[in-house]
Amino acid sequence: MKKTVLALGAAVALAVIAAPASAQTLKTVKDRGVVNCGVGTGLAGFSIPDNQGTWTGIDVDVCRAVAAAIFDDPKKIKFVSLSAKDRFTALQAGEVDLLSRTTTWTLSRDTSLGFNFGVVNYYDGQGFMVRKKLGIKSSKELAGATVCTQQGTTTELNLADYFRANNLKYEPVTFATNDETVKAYESGRCDAFTTDASGLYAERLRLANPEDHVVLPDIISKEPLGPAVRHGDDQWFDIVKWAHYAMVTAEELGVTQANLGEMMKSSNPEIKRLVGTEGKYGEAMGLTNDWAARIVKHVGNYGEAFERNVGMASRLKIARGQNALWTKGGLQYAPPIR
Amino acid sequence: MSSVDARPGSAASVEKPRVAFWNDPEKRGYIFQAVLLAAVVYFVYSAADNALANLQKQKIASGFGFWNNTAGFDIGQRLIPYETTSTYGRAFWVGLLNTLLVAGVGIFFATILGFIIGIARLSKNWLVQKLATIYVEAIRNTPLLLQLLFWYNAVLKALPEVRDSLAIPGGLFLNTRGLFVPEPSFGPSFSWVLYALGAGILGYFGFSRWAKARQAATGQIAPLGLAALGLIVVFPVLVYFLAGSPLSFSVPELGRFNIRGGVQVYPEFVALVVGLTIYTAAFIAEAVRAGIQAVSKGQTEAAYALGLRPGPTLDLVVIPQAMRVIIPPLTSNYLNLTKNSSLAVAIGYPDLVQVFTGTVLNQTGQALEVVAITMLVYLTISLSTSLFMNWYNARKALVER
Repeated sequence: MKKTVLALGAAVALAVIAAPASAQTLKTVKDRGVVNCGVGTGLAGFSIPDNQGTWTGIDVDVCRAVAAAIFDDPKKIKFVSLSAKDRFTALQAGEVDLLSRTTTWTLSRDTSLGFNFGVVNYYDGQGFMVRKKLGIKSSKELAGATVCTQQGTTTELNLADYFRANNLKYEPVTFATNDETVKAYESGRCDAFTTDASGLYAERLRLANPEDHVVLPDIISKEPLGPAVRHGDDQWFDIVKWAHYAMVTAEELGVTQANLGEMMKSSNPEIKRLVGTEGKYGEAMGLTNDWAARIVKHVGNYGEAFERNVGMASRLKIARGQNALWTKGGLQYAPPIR
Repeated sequence: MSSVDARPGSAASVEKPRVAFWNDPEKRGYIFQAVLLAAVVYFVYSAADNALANLQKQKIASGFGFWNNTAGFDIGQRLIPYETTSTYGRAFWVGLLNTLLVAGVGIFFATILGFIIGIARLSKNWLVQKLATIYVEAIRNTPLLLQLLFWYNAVLKALPEVRDSLAIPGGLFLNTRGLFVPEPSFGPSFSWVLYALGAGILGYFGFSRWAKARQAATGQIAPLGLAALGLIVVFPVLVYFLAGSPLSFSVPELGRFNIRGGVQVYPEFVALVVGLTIYTAAFIAEAVRAGIQAVSKGQTEAAYALGLRPGPTLDLVVIPQAMRVIIPPLTSNYLNLTKNSSLAVAIGYPDLVQVFTGTVLNQTGQALEVVAITMLVYLTISLSTSLFMNWYNARKALVER
């Protein structure tokens, strides 16, 4: 019975998972000429299109780094804008090669959903935003509150956990997209809006009167956000992981977009291995040996990407905090290139 | 090709003419059916096999084991007890009941509104008729999703915040969180009132049968409306007071964030019901108008000629005939309303699609299973509605003599 129902379901939903899971994503991408990259529906600093339709953000830069490493051209990307609810099906079905959209790395996503997570491009945590006039100082005071959140996120689960652990009552209202959630909060449907703290700061700026709203200081969860790929293609998984590590390594070694030309002539063996003037590390991944130099040339190092998108050079003005290099008290750490 | 069969002499002989089996239309028919069946079976098999193989290759979990796992998320509106620690299966039932609730309430109001508008379109009053026409044309020709968003945002934006709730006399509060009404709590002797109501309804049916038989025999008309009022309304109310008013209300009051106590009618629910009702009513109105116009004018004239007044003419001659035309499109409108309720996902109403193919699918990642279950559920709801309406249609069908 179970089998027949499953078979029926499989046939019915054939369109969902019709594309054969290719173990040769790199070859497919090269033949196609673009990387299909799953990004968000518009979150400032992470993935948002500007007024010319160009996608920017720290998540977008992961896509750009991968495209730069493969094609030496960060524009060879087809961006697929996905809601939190649709993102996993899109990656499972092969609609995107890579999902880089503030996705929290969790055990079940890493296993039973059929994905591989390898790196964290932003360490985040969940918080709450409320109206200033409520006079709330801590999220523990939210007993009885109505909370707006986005459906199909770890946020939705953490919210339930947090109120259960603290034995507080609340009322959830969930929406499929971030925009609808924020709109509902702004219209007064909810007392509080919850998502990752970075998202709270970004969304607060988009509200009609940012000054009327305050982000509570409590962080209620760990949200390691990173890119995800499908199970079954180790080469592609390696490329995505190392695209991020190349950016972190470049920051560690002080290689920037501006000084890359000089660094190509450097005699420091670590820098030589990074920019590809020594060793054949790129070829081991099916890329060219200047793969990392291409990433730095087009996207910059991790610190540059951070400052440009979410840091002090952006409107969000988020401090490096946990996202600083390990040498500066943060958590960003890259394994050695050798 | 027809030379063998059409020979005039063959009719005389009993044995069939001997033809090659591929020229025998009957056998050829079977062969084509078998080939088609085999092709369909093969297509379904290979599709299922391909999907299963891909799932296994990517090591994606499959099967229905997730059903009894802990859900870990909350749902706002729930008709049955549901906790964060409940299972995905429980979440499914919460979503399904919310879908059935909104579909049931929507069908109820859409039918009433649809009949009113449909009759208004045929009104002799110029203004009423034009207004009904504008309503039908405007509503039928704009997308439902847009209308739902309009109602949701219109409903929300127009309402005051919790702290400035509109207090409606009778202990009701209205704000952006919805409508708060006093929660009834029933005393133990309230069951007597229900028994009285049941007895009243049964009594009314008995009386109306008797009245019909008497009318057929003697032509006397019994006061049915008065009997209905007495048996279904006055009698239970009398019993209610005799039993000592066994009904009390817990009145909602303003808390720190929200209103405490009472029953909360969520704005998402209101917006969805209003949107679906207004949209579907426009289609029902057209079916009603078509049904009434399908009854030839001669029927009305004949009734008048027999001396029937306009009221009974409509009741006894026009509407019974119009119903035969109205019921089939009415059925498909009911089905549409039920299926359209899945647009709830756009305005955050936790229906089956929002809860199950939204959150549950996303948390478990088992798209095939979840989507298949949801489709089966909608299929079951739709087929049940169809069966009921077909039965009703058969009852109303013209009995030919």
